[in-house]
Amino acid sequence: MSTETVEKAIEKKPAEALLSKRRKKLITDPLVDDNPITIQVLGICSALAVTTQMKPTLVMAISVIFVIVMSNLVISLMRNTIPTRVRIIVQLAVVATLVTLVSEVLRAFAYDMYKELSVFVGLIITNCIVMGRLEAFALGNKPYDSVLDGFGSALGYSWIILTVAFFRELWGSGSVFGIPVFDYVSGIFGPDFKLATNGLMVSPVGAFIILGLIIWVQRTKTGYVEH
Amino acid sequence: MELFNLGIRSIFIDNMVFAYFLGMCSFLAVSKKVSTALGLGAAVIFVLTVTVPVNWLLNEFVLKEGALTWVNAELATVDLTFLRFIMFIAIIAAMVQLVEMVVEKFAPALYGALGIFLPLIAVNCAILGGSLFMAQRDYTLAESAVYGFGSGTGFFLAIVALAAIREKLKYSAVPNGLKGLGITMLLTGLMGIAFMSFMGIDL
Repeated sequence: MSTETVEKAIEKKPAEALLSKRRKKLITDPLVDDNPITIQVLGICSALAVTTQMKPTLVMAISVIFVIVMSNLVISLMRNTIPTRVRIIVQLAVVATLVTLVSEVLRAFAYDMYKELSVFVGLIITNCIVMGRLEAFALGNKPYDSVLDGFGSALGYSWIILTVAFFRELWGSGSVFGIPVFDYVSGIFGPDFKLATNGLMVSPVGAFIILGLIIWVQRTKTGYVEH
Repeated sequence: MELFNLGIRSIFIDNMVFAYFLGMCSFLAVSKKVSTALGLGAAVIFVLTVTVPVNWLLNEFVLKEGALTWVNAELATVDLTFLRFIMFIAIIAAMVQLVEMVVEKFAPALYGALGIFLPLIAVNCAILGGSLFMAQRDYTLAESAVYGFGSGTGFFLAIVALAAIREKLKYSAVPNGLKGLGITMLLTGLMGIAFMSFMGIDL
């Protein structure tokens, strides 16, 4: 099996640095070159709906980072005991437990945020990035590497949704993190100068278009072409 | 009439894809050809219509606060709502498996058409989302059945329409960076604008 050969290759050099070149690549690759959203087309499902404002997006990003890293760790620790036939159910159970944890913590300490995110916290379970990383990496690699890999993917996902949220909140509501930027700008230039907000950005349509444009810019830069 | 309105609402106004971004992964991945899009869409309608009412029963008789009183009056204070995610996803995975076996036994032709899509559906956000919305909005059993069918139909319409557009798109000169995902996102946005016109309907 290919997984075993990978492990042996790692075991041969036990003195690998805590942040060796290979491990750094695990984190940096998903940021741009192999971004889970813009290149692999994963995890678009549950995330776009929360990106009308920066704050819930940040909470969502942190929740996803937690879930991906922890589930990668747990599955990687159990990888030699999980029978291949039932692995999907095992993965779903682990992920669902972690998401329940996140949701209960939110309900206890940030109830407003819990209400605002509503069903979308639960939908982290079916976020394809989580399952994708478990299937593709955690099942065949050591815990520490899996944690780094999960962290990298989650960061790649986070910066994209935060960028989408930044533009949607700025143009849709004229603010950033709830700070009314447009009002300040109008204040500087006097009462006649008004910056208009666009209602389309608050609606789901805005998210699709902003994300489409981000993908365009990013792919033009990296030169990635889909056939 | 209430139920009919709910059905129309869940198909057009609260469309799974355009209003809630649910099921985007398969929406984008399986919309390259109309024939496969039809298969996936039909499978989603099927599974949503089955799982939403089943999860309603589970929620009503096991998970809700005080739901267990039919077992024993002392259990009236038990609240198992925190188990919702894990139970719903378990039911969905089990139902998908069951549906797959039933279809394989009794409708081999349909199985041939849906076959590969059924297992995929267990991790489709639209399915879990349907159940979670049902629990959040306190639907009745009849309403949840109609809602399941309606939101499935909404997904079906969206994915078939997108696949039809993408088939035509093959003959267009799209800029390199926009090819594939980029242009599809923009298209979805434009289709979303079209669907927004349904919001004006007073139901």
